[in-house]
Amino acid sequence: MTDASNWPDRLYDLLRSANVTQFAYVPDAGHKVLINRSLADPDAHSIPLTTEEEGVALAAGADLGGERAVLLMQSSGVGNCINLLSLIAGCRFPLLTLVSMRGDFGEGNPWQFPMGQATEPVLKAMGAIVLRCDQPEEVIPTVSAAITMVFQSNQAVAVLLGQRLIGAKKF
Amino acid sequence: MAALQKLPTSNLPDAVLDRRQAVPALIDRPQDFLIVTGLAGAAQELSAMTGNTPNLFAMGGAMGAALMTALGLALAQPKKKVLCVTGDGDLLMSVGGLATIALQNPSNLTVICVDNGHYGETGNQESHTGLGVRLDTIAAGSGFPAVHTINTDTDLEEGRRLLQQDGLRFMLLRVKEGPPLKEKRNLVPHMERENFRKALLG
Repeated sequence: MTDASNWPDRLYDLLRSANVTQFAYVPDAGHKVLINRSLADPDAHSIPLTTEEEGVALAAGADLGGERAVLLMQSSGVGNCINLLSLIAGCRFPLLTLVSMRGDFGEGNPWQFPMGQATEPVLKAMGAIVLRCDQPEEVIPTVSAAITMVFQSNQAVAVLLGQRLIGAKKF
Repeated sequence: MAALQKLPTSNLPDAVLDRRQAVPALIDRPQDFLIVTGLAGAAQELSAMTGNTPNLFAMGGAMGAALMTALGLALAQPKKKVLCVTGDGDLLMSVGGLATIALQNPSNLTVICVDNGHYGETGNQESHTGLGVRLDTIAAGSGFPAVHTINTDTDLEEGRRLLQQDGLRFMLLRVKEGPPLKEKRNLVPHMERENFRKALLG
């Protein structure tokens, strides 16, 4: 039986086996393993961003050149991306983003709630499909489904990694 | 008092180049590049220069997206030369992207900012660069290994030569206010993507 708790490493392997080569991110604890694995991977581009909407445009450019990108961000960063999601919707670019949640299950910092609670409706308002994982065993099947939806069907898909899964930060 | 004062960094000579001659003089062989442009003037100009060739992806909106779209493309196509051509307004909206690009240091990317110091599409309001903000200095401080400021015909000639060389560079092409070259464009966004990908990837 596979141990579901090592989902971050298996997630990196899944993305690489799906030929994702551009890993763009604003750092977040929930994405630590993916970020570190991409930095250690000579066959991938590890791309730290100054703000999350850079990653939306980067994913469009990767697609123009025939590569696959993933955008790793915290739910706060979704708000920074809104207008550039019109580039994705209008041009029908594929977009895969993994969003670690704040302002969610067990959040102890009230500053996180407005954007955390708005994350899903904002993404949907801009035409993205939203999937969600709250249990370790959900991650690999959910991201596998998202990969198919994004790169075979040219959809924009956000996979939300809930605080029930990644843990609420202690204050 | 609501008027904005010019910053003391505004110590460059007045722009003398006309963009309608300067942009084609700098990019005299657009067919040698994959080109991403920002919206408005740069998109119109490059469309007019190339007759909407499929090696051009010209934004019709998504202000601030050109720079990083060009990075994604440059990383995906390391054997092709990639140009990002955009205006000062578009670049000011995405200056952090200069830092992101410098960290990647793609040797096949050149960023050209056509800087007229104004928001030409929206009523010609003076932009930050028109008031003295120096995008060439910002690019250098962001870590671009080569930065060129183009003010004269001699600078243009040098820039044209450098465009054929490898290495990440930033070119600030300073032009006077005034209209770009124009051609009626297809503004169906998904056709831009499809045409570009078909020509490049088959």
